[in-house]
Amino acid sequence: MHELAITVIGPDRPSIVANVAEALAGVGANLTDSTMTRLRGHFTMTLICNGPSLVEAREALSPLEDVVIEVREVAPESDKKDNGEPYVVSVHGADRLGIVAAVTRVVAVAGGNITDLSTRLSGTLYVLIAEVDLPGGAADELAEQLAVAAAELGVEVTLRRAESELL
Amino acid sequence: MTITWDGPEGNVLPVVSAPATVLSSIGDEVDPADPAIVQLAADLVATMRVSPGCVGLAAPQVGVGVQLFAVDVTGHPKAATTHGTFVLCNAKVIEASRWKAGREGCMSVPDLTGDVKRAGRVVVAATLPGSGEEVTVTTDAFEARALQHEIDHCAGKLFLDRVAGAHAIYQRKVYL
Repeated sequence: MHELAITVIGPDRPSIVANVAEALAGVGANLTDSTMTRLRGHFTMTLICNGPSLVEAREALSPLEDVVIEVREVAPESDKKDNGEPYVVSVHGADRLGIVAAVTRVVAVAGGNITDLSTRLSGTLYVLIAEVDLPGGAADELAEQLAVAAAELGVEVTLRRAESELL
Repeated sequence: MTITWDGPEGNVLPVVSAPATVLSSIGDEVDPADPAIVQLAADLVATMRVSPGCVGLAAPQVGVGVQLFAVDVTGHPKAATTHGTFVLCNAKVIEASRWKAGREGCMSVPDLTGDVKRAGRVVVAATLPGSGEEVTVTTDAFEARALQHEIDHCAGKLFLDRVAGAHAIYQRKVYL
């Protein structure tokens, strides 16, 4: 069983997901986790699938036009659980070079693992939202370090616990 | 009027995980006086009590497609109004307001959580198992969220049917 990681990028238009999924289904590829969004109007999709070989998947996707497709084989990862505490980092402020680099470096130094990230530039407003898995007890120190970084960047930052309630 | 559960001791039942047809089927209305329903009510309470962090459990979650659920949010930090441990039959939301998004998980969807908008204040009409007494439960905050989640189970709906958007589901990170 081959596990493949596939990225699809191109100008957005209707039916790209359907075309990609259909081509993969045609060679017996089972889509597992995937995400798709539009980044500044570009269609972007990343997915993991298993079943066909690298060559079969590439051939199946080759007729698709106007999109850049990358297919590579990956070693299956265990769907490992995060053992830390879930937090959300929100940053917003005037756009400038290096916001993502500075903020995520602070998170990395604190031992935090970013598990989801979105950034958007809207006019001059820059917004970053990250889900972070933090080691136990690291939140207060990280909040202080983020505040220092945010002051240097001239942006607002908040770190809050991503609480979820089991019902 | 008290709605607090005061029934027999129940048995702990295995909890069903999605995908399972029973979790996606509309539950049948129950006869609150039926001894089998009273026993199932007791079993839901017993199963809820042994499940860490569990504040509510609906009959479809133990594989029985009927409109019956147990709730107990006592002591939960997000609870305001609380009614202790109680079990409701054939419950319906008759008033809902103060809508608010929150991230919730479910014993029957063990690895995911999702952002779901729920009313922060509800009035629920239902009957009590055993006595068959008709009650209206007015509550808020976390107990209101729990009631809506359980009433959804009785209607064959999971929180996944209500998530706010494509990027509003998450791998569950905290295991109780």
